[in-house]
Amino acid sequence: MSQPSLSEALRGVVRRDLLLAMRHRSDVAMSVFFVVIVASLFPLGVGPEPAVLRMIASGVLWVTALLACLLSLGRLFTADYLDGVLEQTLLIPQPLAVLVIGKVFAHWVISGLPVVLLSPLLGLQFGLGGESLGVLTLSLLLGTPTLSMIGSIGAALTLGLRGSGLLIALLVLPLFIPVLIFGAGAVSNSLAGIGSEANLSLLGACFLLSLAFAPWATAVALRIALE
Amino acid sequence: MFQTVALSGSRGERQLFSDVSVTVKPGTLLAVVGENGSGKTSFLRMLCGLLSPDCGAILWQGKDIRQLKELYSAQLTYVGHLNGIKDELTPVENLKVAACLAGDESSSTIVQKALEAVGLGRPVHRLPTRVLSQGQKRRVTLARLWLSTRPLWLLDEPFASLDAAATSYLTQHLQSHLSHGGMVVVATHQEIDLPPDCIQHLRLTR
Repeated sequence: MSQPSLSEALRGVVRRDLLLAMRHRSDVAMSVFFVVIVASLFPLGVGPEPAVLRMIASGVLWVTALLACLLSLGRLFTADYLDGVLEQTLLIPQPLAVLVIGKVFAHWVISGLPVVLLSPLLGLQFGLGGESLGVLTLSLLLGTPTLSMIGSIGAALTLGLRGSGLLIALLVLPLFIPVLIFGAGAVSNSLAGIGSEANLSLLGACFLLSLAFAPWATAVALRIALE
Repeated sequence: MFQTVALSGSRGERQLFSDVSVTVKPGTLLAVVGENGSGKTSFLRMLCGLLSPDCGAILWQGKDIRQLKELYSAQLTYVGHLNGIKDELTPVENLKVAACLAGDESSSTIVQKALEAVGLGRPVHRLPTRVLSQGQKRRVTLARLWLSTRPLWLLDEPFASLDAAATSYLTQHLQSHLSHGGMVVVATHQEIDLPPDCIQHLRLTR
């Protein structure tokens, strides 16, 4: 009889997903290019007025990051579901909720982290400077893992359904609203010269809350999907 | 000892089987047979704990598996109808991950030995699994049994798309598992070439 330790199982799940992402580099590149292109469309549409751009910057960049996360959510469990890996994951003798955290972490590294790293550059494009660039990056760093966590519930609930892409959007986008408000609010406040600490703290609280509840809800949804 | 007590299962509205009571003793194999759609896969998934029965219970060493949960998962190796391997990874990488997640030893040498035991030679080890044939993919999946140290094996159509050579490797391996006191439940359409005293049959009928 053998049993993996919790850290062993967690590491195994994360390593496999990152290895798969290395084999599918185009998927990673796709979400980065999506963000760059969508963020670049706004200045073209709204016009090059620096004051206007600076005003819409936080909202545009946050919505873009949110959509990029949404686009990649479909990939979170679908492949595993179709090739039977998910079935095997459920049989790993460790709490499924913890393994879900591993999967979500890998998903964030693949789809969220590149956006966070790219955000200062995109912020510059909108005329953000100095402190607000830092706040933008920090707010995305705190917010995108929350998006992945919340999104995993939607991805698990719609697993194996037809037209699940649209359904995920309907289920998950309303839940993204608080994160969007606090995230974009942090950047606007720092631009307005008011401190952004309150919004960042609330983002941190959102993250902890999602870390506590989302994996558990996702695990239950996955078990139902595989019944 | 592994037991099912008055187990009933259904999919949606349709009753698949009812009142199934069997006991699998150490060193014996239970062959689940029945026509297509008779619920063999559902029965096996129920034994894994992936599907919950309508009524009845599954007992491992006398305790209900719904109470044992992870303690029970640590006793079984399940080879499903789906292979559970990643097409993009090589057979070696696939098996390493599977062994690591099962808590078995996952060094390259051991994994390669397991692959050679199912008749997959060195040249295949470094190819992405995507380019292998159905039979070869099935062999990669079954190689997990050569790494497994767990007492209960639940195998869903393990012989599907295997050739004669691979079938005989697997049969020999099943026999050696049984002779070490292991237990096996197999859903199959084929006759298994094992001594009759260690096989019992369960025919699922509606």
